[in-house]
Amino acid sequence: MLRLATCFCLIASPTFAADVDFDRDIRPILSDKCAHCHGPDANTREADLRLDTREGLFAKRDGIAPVVPHRPKQSELIRRIASTDPDEQMPPGDSKLSLSKKQIALLTAWVESGAEWRGHWAFDPPTKPTPPEVNDKTWPKTDFDRFILEKLESELLKPQPEASKEALIRRVTLDLTGLPPTIAEIDAFLADKSKDAYRKVVERLLKSDSYGERMAWDWLDAARYADTNGYQGDRERTMWPWRDWVIESLNNNMPFDDFTVWQLAGDLLPEATEQQKLATGFCRNHMINGEGGRIAEENRIEYVFDQTETMATVWMGLTMTCSRCHDHKFDPISKKEYFQMFAFFNRTPVNGGGGDPAMAPNMQITPASTKLRIAEMQKKIATANRTISSRRAALTGQQDAWEKQFASKAKWPLWSELAPSSMTSQNGQDLKTLDDGSIFVSGKNPATDTYTIKAPSRIKTITAVKLDGIRHESFTRGGIARSDSGNFVLTGFELQVTRGDKSTSVEIASAKANHEQKGHPIANVLNDNQSNGWAVLKSKWDSDVAGIFYLADPIENADGTQLTITMKHNSPHAAHNVGRFRLSVTDKPAVKLGEKDDAFLAAIGVPRIDRTPAQKKVVAERFQNSDTELRKQNDSLKKLNEQIGNLRKNNPRVMIMQDVANYRKTHMLTRGSYNKLEGEVTTALPSILPKLERADDPNRLDLAQWLVDKKHPLTARVTANRIWQQFFGTGLVKTTEDFGVQGEKPSHPKLLDWLAVEFVESGWDVKAMHRLIVTSATYRQQAAISKDALAKDPANRLLSRGPRFRLPSWMIRDVGLAASGLLVDRVGGPPVQPYQPEGVWAEATFGKKRYKQDTGEKLYRRSLYTFWRRIVGPTMFFDVAKRQTCSVRTGRTNTPLHALTTLNDITFVEIARALAERVLEAEGEPNKQIELAFRLATSRRPKPQEAAILSSRLKMLEKEFKANPEEAAKLLKMGESPTNERLDAAKHAAMTGLCQLILNLDEALSN
Amino acid sequence: MNPLPFDPSASMTRRQLFGRSAVGIGGAALASLLNGDTVAAEATHQGLEGLPHFEPKAKRVIYMLQNAAPSHVDLFDYKPKIQEWHGTQIPDSVQQGKRFSTMTGGQKERPVLAPITKFAQHGKSGAWVSSFLPNTAKIADDLCFIKSMYTEQVNHAPAITFFLTGGEMPGRPSMGSWLTYGLGSEAENLPGFVVMTSVDKQRSCGQIFYDHYWGSGFLPSKLQGVKFRGSGDPVLYLSNPDGMSRKMRRGILDDLAKLNELKYQEIGDPEIVTRIAQYEMAYKMQASVPDLTDFSNEPKYVLDRYGPDVHTQGSYAWNCLMARRLSERGVRFVQLMHAGWDQHRNLNSQLKIQCEDTDAPSAALVQNLKERGLLDDTLVIWGGEFGRTPFLQGKISDKPRWGRDHHPYGFTIWMAGGGVKAGMSYGATDEFAFSAVEDKVHVHDFQATVLHLLGIDHERLTYRFQGRRFRLTDVHGHVVKPIIA
Repeated sequence: MLRLATCFCLIASPTFAADVDFDRDIRPILSDKCAHCHGPDANTREADLRLDTREGLFAKRDGIAPVVPHRPKQSELIRRIASTDPDEQMPPGDSKLSLSKKQIALLTAWVESGAEWRGHWAFDPPTKPTPPEVNDKTWPKTDFDRFILEKLESELLKPQPEASKEALIRRVTLDLTGLPPTIAEIDAFLADKSKDAYRKVVERLLKSDSYGERMAWDWLDAARYADTNGYQGDRERTMWPWRDWVIESLNNNMPFDDFTVWQLAGDLLPEATEQQKLATGFCRNHMINGEGGRIAEENRIEYVFDQTETMATVWMGLTMTCSRCHDHKFDPISKKEYFQMFAFFNRTPVNGGGGDPAMAPNMQITPASTKLRIAEMQKKIATANRTISSRRAALTGQQDAWEKQFASKAKWPLWSELAPSSMTSQNGQDLKTLDDGSIFVSGKNPATDTYTIKAPSRIKTITAVKLDGIRHESFTRGGIARSDSGNFVLTGFELQVTRGDKSTSVEIASAKANHEQKGHPIANVLNDNQSNGWAVLKSKWDSDVAGIFYLADPIENADGTQLTITMKHNSPHAAHNVGRFRLSVTDKPAVKLGEKDDAFLAAIGVPRIDRTPAQKKVVAERFQNSDTELRKQNDSLKKLNEQIGNLRKNNPRVMIMQDVANYRKTHMLTRGSYNKLEGEVTTALPSILPKLERADDPNRLDLAQWLVDKKHPLTARVTANRIWQQFFGTGLVKTTEDFGVQGEKPSHPKLLDWLAVEFVESGWDVKAMHRLIVTSATYRQQAAISKDALAKDPANRLLSRGPRFRLPSWMIRDVGLAASGLLVDRVGGPPVQPYQPEGVWAEATFGKKRYKQDTGEKLYRRSLYTFWRRIVGPTMFFDVAKRQTCSVRTGRTNTPLHALTTLNDITFVEIARALAERVLEAEGEPNKQIELAFRLATSRRPKPQEAAILSSRLKMLEKEFKANPEEAAKLLKMGESPTNERLDAAKHAAMTGLCQLILNLDEALSN
Repeated sequence: MNPLPFDPSASMTRRQLFGRSAVGIGGAALASLLNGDTVAAEATHQGLEGLPHFEPKAKRVIYMLQNAAPSHVDLFDYKPKIQEWHGTQIPDSVQQGKRFSTMTGGQKERPVLAPITKFAQHGKSGAWVSSFLPNTAKIADDLCFIKSMYTEQVNHAPAITFFLTGGEMPGRPSMGSWLTYGLGSEAENLPGFVVMTSVDKQRSCGQIFYDHYWGSGFLPSKLQGVKFRGSGDPVLYLSNPDGMSRKMRRGILDDLAKLNELKYQEIGDPEIVTRIAQYEMAYKMQASVPDLTDFSNEPKYVLDRYGPDVHTQGSYAWNCLMARRLSERGVRFVQLMHAGWDQHRNLNSQLKIQCEDTDAPSAALVQNLKERGLLDDTLVIWGGEFGRTPFLQGKISDKPRWGRDHHPYGFTIWMAGGGVKAGMSYGATDEFAFSAVEDKVHVHDFQATVLHLLGIDHERLTYRFQGRRFRLTDVHGHVVKPIIA
């Protein structure tokens, strides 16, 4: 692979001293070959000599300086690298590093030419260079084209002419939306002879919803977004509302500075909105380790490392991982500075324990689609409520008449609920009646207490009193009392009857309860022993309790008398006082527990004025139900409320950021080990970069705002470079993730600075950057490679031709779905599980996770929505980021396994079958059918030679399928979308085979 | 090495392909193919110039990784002292306050637990092997036991990652990727790095096979291990769709190549040439992989030696035989991973079963390689990611639930063939099989040694990423010279 690399380097390698460029030629050597022992890391520094600073290089020590400008012979550095004496030679043999002859020559030439020295380019804020003068004034379409052309002209290369209209609309549509242009769009563009025809296409694409879906992918890679935790267990999480927020923000062209601040620190913005908090899900997309035996703090530290390093890579192009353990070997970031950055993220309430996939802090999000549905339902609810109240008004005054029909059936209720006239607590609790007539106890909770309830009797004879103990959500575990268990212990229950001013005690003969705690039967209430009583502890408070106290003799002529009931709680079980209860009396002899009467008939038996709220409700409901209209409305109201409840319950939980009030201390850690604490540090920023406005205890919001400060040298460059990479395949700085000293130098440093400043000046307008790039002459070149260009610019770093590369695998699938007409193009929502071979998850997880393939529409959503299991990612994609840690550059390889995927994965076979169906239905004549399929896959018409090859292959395939109809039938069964049975099977199968061929053309797989 | 048992006409080298190509490829295009700056170019990776650094002893590796850590105390590391101290608290002087997983980290009682089975010495070399491994015992004179391994990781996933990639966090290239990166692949129609996994029949173990165990990290992703599946097509998407015959596919691919060549003529993008080659290679793999998994020509006595499971796809035995078949076809690195050694609470019931599943196939593989003349240049490695505690996890009174926790401070692995001394035991732990004390071998030393056997200086096989030169051994590692033949 590397064999011929050197000869290509010659393009960029000067042969004359005058051409030596410090950034391009010298710093890389010093950094790569010397910095390990003579660089920023104080711990490994040899001879206390630094060669990464001006001071170190030029200062004399004992009369000798490493570098004396213009005097190579007096320069110690040159002497040592040229030495052949093993004791003198640098780098030393045991370092396994060595300098090539050319490198030695370069260093010597540099010293001869005056040894110009500069700080690392990426740490100086960019200024906007004037675009250079070029010879060919007609070629540039944007200012930045001149930077490209200047270099091409200096290399004696000519740019390629503009690509054909078909190639252009394909390229730009794929780049901006991730989907191919439709035939109608291609035709419209071909027909549009106006000067701004291309610009119109670009504007249309920038406005399409597919734009955000395409742009989101790269951001999800950087944000290590996935639908599971990773690690053993790999539990499913629901971060997808964050993913939808990304798509929406990109479609709305949110300025990149806001996009930054919201995601890193939206929660800290004043009066943060739900969306701003949701955006911080970015920081929480890291993996979560729920493995048994893991130490919580160890996990937590890992999460904070990940957050810190992701931020550094995405915004600053700095690889901070090295500094976890030691001062950076090459970049001026010390270990202390690393942990100062770390401190910004070290303030959340997360403790690292467990594997909860919605580990707090989190928020339940109502997704847009759900919001829409709820809003619709709420409209319906409002309508129903309006109808109900007007109908109710219309029915007013009719209830008495309606009730009359039940007069003969009405019954006096089994139990007459007592309506207390007074309620007192001996030890100062508050007793009050709730809306349902039950008595609720609140206030202080004394160790013991006695309640006295007075109420008039409304019935003539009383044979028994019932005490209902009723649960309340405010009690422990939703129990019946305010004790620490929700349990009560009732030690006494007494009844007095008062006629006029004469009161008599009434003897209670026996008692029964529907639930008794072992050792605490209700009979205890009746004995004199106050140390025990009736208790009702349950492991789960899933029902109320009731006890009946039977009188020794009935009270006769009770109506109009006053009843006084005393309830004592004197047991040693402190504060076990009944919390909510109801008292009722009956005139029925020997009434049984659980005996019930017909609620309606019993209620209607009570005069309206005397009815309890519950009784009133029963009668009113029955009355309203007698009205068809009202019943209908009530039913639908009930259903709607249930549906809304269910929707809300299923709302996804998204992990978000939050700072605790009392910040955790941050210590440096020895070798990044969670339990080896060193000195304490506070939040601060690396000294090499611009200072913060607020230096005093800055927080995450300050950090985020600092990143998008105009003076920041890195953010705009790094972002502009990523944008460049997206359109041209390689960044101007190839090492997208590393803008440090060891990163690659920009191929066009001035262009990068120009773009960075332009980006900031535009107000961080991302769409404007995309527009700028796709309308440039550089981008619009055709992709053909001239012989000259292949020699001088093999990897197209000079942009001597238009970008051309194999589409990302996820886009290949989307393109196929779109071309075949299978695509279900709906934005957002929960992830989907399209086709995947049997057993892939099960094998990786010993059967603990089983893939449940979706059906119907979910098979055909864009790849972006495919469920991403971290420990075993979707199998249909190749060359994709692992989504385990931050990734800003994915490789593009070319292996047989890719060919097997696009030829044999059912996804792609079905696409071919559907595409075949589409063209067979659209066109009658085989050559027209072939042409349409070819256009759908490649956006152009086949040339005669190509059409001839395809046409003859189609005939051969058809012949074979005609001879083997059962094979044709098998092929046509691939995939779950229905097969058009009206088509001739052999023709359809043959066209499916041909579409497979067409869809696998290098051109169909490329932009 | 024996002649390859498949049709040579099915294989075509890159050079042959270019020679045959209807349009031919200009020197410039070829040059670009070879240029490291363009996307990965070759159908079969060619390796780096200058490698191997010196004459290799081994050409390929079979690594039988015993996931979840076999108990060195019960299988290899015989120590009379442990018998003597059985049931007694292990001395603090031995433990030296070392860290354990949270499963025994808080356990105050740490009684020494004697091996649950008998040991005997075997072969001329007199190697100590437990009665649970009778077949391994028989080939003891072919093996080199390293009894003084130690690692830094105490949990499974980080420890396995450490063994395979040199780092405990996911993200670095695994050993197989490094080797195929450096040396290229000799297999014409197969990937250079193949992974197969299996699990004990009782599925007693909850460990997961993460795909970063065979990931290529920052190396080109074509260098990641290709996982052969335990069910269905061994390689994902290998089979043609139903209804599509091999003949039809051939025709389609012929025309695909023609059309791609036309495009290449038009625009000159060398990547198109590579794509043509890759489609051809895919087609060949569709024949070579089924041939690979067809055991019908294996003699019965060979199959018998691997045991009855050899007929079950996805079993450890099946994978072992596959490993031999892959090796003889030139696959550089075969990584077998077998889970189920995690006897925290079921040492008495499970360890024996686990050994029965793996003992015969592991030994059969070594024997089989040897009789085919492949052992000399194939390095076979057998071992877990750490050992298990010489003290008990659980209560001494609760024998059915006896177990051992993770133990990184001293454990045993073995190697065979590939230039390693046969019939050797190297290094030793202390009297309690607790800490490696004599001729200690760190994981990075082990890795350096493996690379050395393949002719690679571990300090010189590097890859620059994020501004730093990375290597398998991080910044450590010394070749264990005494074990090299």
